[in-house]
Amino acid sequence: MSRVAQPGTILRLAVLAAALAFPFAASGYHLYQGAQVLIFAIALLGLNLLTGVNGQISLGHGAFFAIGGYGAAILTAKLGVPYLLAVPLASLVCFGAGFLFGFPALRFGGLYLALATFALAVATPQILAYKGFDFLTGGSSGVSLAKPHAPFALPLTTDQWLYCLCLLCAAVLYWAARNLVESRVGRALVALRDQPIAAEAMGVNAALYKTTCFGVSALYAGVAGALSALAVGFVSPESFGLSLSLSFLVGIVVGGLGSLGGVLFGALFIEFVPNLADQLSVTFGESAKALPGAIYGGLLILAMAVMPGGVAGALEAAMRRVSRKK
Amino acid sequence: MNAFLHQLASGAALGGVYAIMALALVMIYQATQLVNFAQGEMAMFSTYFAWKLTDLGWPYWRAFAVTVVVSFLGGVLIERVVVRPFAKAPVLASVIVFIGLSLIFNALAGWLYGYSVTDFPTPFDGPPWFGQRAMSAHESGSILVSLAVLMLVYAFFRFTPLGLAMRAAAQNPTSSRLVGIRVGWMLAIGWGLAAAIGAIAGMMAAPIVYLDPNMMAGVLLYAFAGAVLGGIDNPFGAAFGGFAVGVTENLMGAYVVGSEVKLSVALAIIVGVLVWRPSGLFGRRLVARV
Repeated sequence: MSRVAQPGTILRLAVLAAALAFPFAASGYHLYQGAQVLIFAIALLGLNLLTGVNGQISLGHGAFFAIGGYGAAILTAKLGVPYLLAVPLASLVCFGAGFLFGFPALRFGGLYLALATFALAVATPQILAYKGFDFLTGGSSGVSLAKPHAPFALPLTTDQWLYCLCLLCAAVLYWAARNLVESRVGRALVALRDQPIAAEAMGVNAALYKTTCFGVSALYAGVAGALSALAVGFVSPESFGLSLSLSFLVGIVVGGLGSLGGVLFGALFIEFVPNLADQLSVTFGESAKALPGAIYGGLLILAMAVMPGGVAGALEAAMRRVSRKK
Repeated sequence: MNAFLHQLASGAALGGVYAIMALALVMIYQATQLVNFAQGEMAMFSTYFAWKLTDLGWPYWRAFAVTVVVSFLGGVLIERVVVRPFAKAPVLASVIVFIGLSLIFNALAGWLYGYSVTDFPTPFDGPPWFGQRAMSAHESGSILVSLAVLMLVYAFFRFTPLGLAMRAAAQNPTSSRLVGIRVGWMLAIGWGLAAAIGAIAGMMAAPIVYLDPNMMAGVLLYAFAGAVLGGIDNPFGAAFGGFAVGVTENLMGAYVVGSEVKLSVALAIIVGVLVWRPSGLFGRRLVARV
């Protein structure tokens, strides 16, 4: 096979080009939404590494997103750390937290891990609002931080700069995740998902790989959370509840379990479905609040029944059919 | 002292609710080795149904009975239509389906009944029972109902042919099928029973935690903690765990961590038990054949 014209590479370059052109074509609120999509995509990448590739169920990734967000907010607003340093620092904290949570997670079979992470997701807003941490987390009122401006006198607005920052992070993290999955480590992770006993018999260190995978996954969620704190300019306990964690799950299922490119579809989906519901609530009133939940729930079951590969899987199948016809 | 007794009583009242929720979870677990994440939202939806009936002017106990029966039928229907197609799917797919179910019920309740917090009637109003003052009438009644449910479920599984068939189907499906038990239907009945028990739990919890579409998230979490603490494959353990979690949660909330972070008590219990004693207090050790 020659190195020219692989359809996957062309597709990736096209998406990158479109993403690069976007900040100069769109404005204000659309840029903010674009940044949100990229942020969700980063979090979904992390969750997909854990759940899709390694087969460990997490219903609590909102908690790591929250640690990243609060970490960045506290570091910049309370301790005066520059934000470009705060994002990696906060995500390192997340790596640590994920690694530590991954340790007991080893002893839980798939189901128990789901239970424990579910508990984590439900308890997170309460822990964040806890009075004992008021001096750091601001209790139930949260922490505000200044939105960063473009450095080096670049001719970019704040929204454009934030979008570019998110795009840079998303591209680098996507590249890293891809390399990880296609390496020896990635094969070991897949083997642990599909044939855990055989993988261990072949010498894969299950404990090390699984905890590290949990840590890396939490790190991705942490980067996303930190970027989200910068983009929104504010963190508060209510935004990190169970529904956030569950929407991450919806995102990877819709995009495609184990498909790294699919997270983009998932991210677009979980960004715009609640938006759509907001718009509908103008005409339908309060009952439109039920719409995202109904769509999410229906799609989860439907995807498992007829489209377990998600959007990415369906696209791949369609592409294969087209190329066979040639 | 009186305040302490009061905390103990309200802990036991909610503990009874957790205990029967945990029992419902264990029933599904024993038959399928799966935990029903939609149990809480199903119970919430049943509770709204009962509220609608009392709102129409039905007497409480008639609404109660009809809700339990309708929930049973609903549980059977859900097993047949939604859960059954995934019987052979991996754990991840089943968990995702259950989460989907819970999101649907939550949305449905919000759409049909709105998102505002509502009062739910209790049949046990009036002065506290037996002339004591530590426990309100609803708390006493709720504990009584929980114990009655536990007893009825025990009697059903221990003394009726159907209960025996259900236990057999859960323990050894292949042999049960060979002696003529319809294993698939046993599972559907199990789901029905779990839904009916959940409905009772919801109706007992609602006067305490108030009725809203998210009321059962916390209750379900405590029920998980109770089931894990007692051993998720042991009904007695789960019931004991439910009561224990209810009392612990209330006392911790009142005297140690403060009521704002009570949910983290459940998180701590779940993680703690899984780290130090994954099989729970009364559960069987999990042994896998390689």
